[in-house]
Amino acid sequence: MQNAVNIHVNGEPRTWRSGASVAELLRELDIKIERVAVELNLEILDRAVFDQRLLQDGDRVEIMSFIGGGSS
Amino acid sequence: MADDRLIIAGREFKSRLWVGTGKYKDFVETQKAIEASGADVVTVAVRRVNITDRSKDNLLDYIDPKKYTILPNTAGCYTVEDAVRYSRLARAAGVSDLVKLEVLGDEKTLFPDTAGLIEAAKILIKEGFIVLPYTNDDPIVAKKLVDIGCPAVMPLAAPIGSGLGIRNPYNLKIIMETVKVPIIVDAGVGTASDAALAMEYGADAVLMNTAIAGAQDPIAMAEAMRHAVHAGRLAYKAGRIPRKLYATASSPIEGML
Repeated sequence: MQNAVNIHVNGEPRTWRSGASVAELLRELDIKIERVAVELNLEILDRAVFDQRLLQDGDRVEIMSFIGGGSS
Repeated sequence: MADDRLIIAGREFKSRLWVGTGKYKDFVETQKAIEASGADVVTVAVRRVNITDRSKDNLLDYIDPKKYTILPNTAGCYTVEDAVRYSRLARAAGVSDLVKLEVLGDEKTLFPDTAGLIEAAKILIKEGFIVLPYTNDDPIVAKKLVDIGCPAVMPLAAPIGSGLGIRNPYNLKIIMETVKVPIIVDAGVGTASDAALAMEYGADAVLMNTAIAGAQDPIAMAEAMRHAVHAGRLAYKAGRIPRKLYATASSPIEGML
């Protein structure tokens, strides 16, 4: 695929559209922005920059949220 | 008891029972049990979102962050780096600056790595986090955690999920006398009497998960725990009688034949 980037999202290899932003990635994965934290190559992103940060080849994206858990 | 409020770092809490959200059958049961427990602080773990199956519900659809104080934890973290990373992610996910900090030392006991805990707490406090540390029943460590700025400490009663109850009440009492911040007994409670005892000893609150979620009827146990924590608190405030070896008659001798 041309104009594509190979990235990892939550540890899974994905091929994504070149030039897509983090906000677009979340939208296309059907993930609500207000419930998650996003780490891009170990840097935690502020929500305000989700639509400015464009995905690059080799990026590692972690999308984290809250799940049921007490102590460990 | 109306004004018997728990205040930590300027935040006021109505309930002295705090609960976890793990190990329930489903979110509906989680929601019902939390409601029955009367808890207003609910702890949650931070994990990867399932990106392949988006049909799954989100926990926060069932536990309204407007109604409950969501207390993210660093469950599963065995290093200072991981605990700090998960705390930052929790804050970025937008709930609050609160974190129940866990730095675990060993998979078998899930006992805290107290050296790592203090180190991680220092880093997070510097970053403005309100750190509630899950710690051992060690008064010296509790004091160190308070000295570096933890507004409460959360010593364990027994290993997480063990249900053994309070294994070392004397240490807990020493912690309560040593530090002047709220003490939240976290982990190890098995049944209602354990929770009542913790409160009778003078704990400010009790946090539990497995004792409720693992009970045969979690919703009934949640209610039992609510009563136990309340009864224990009342008994503590009322002041128990001293233990004596011999009997003291309750009826007067006067007027007897």
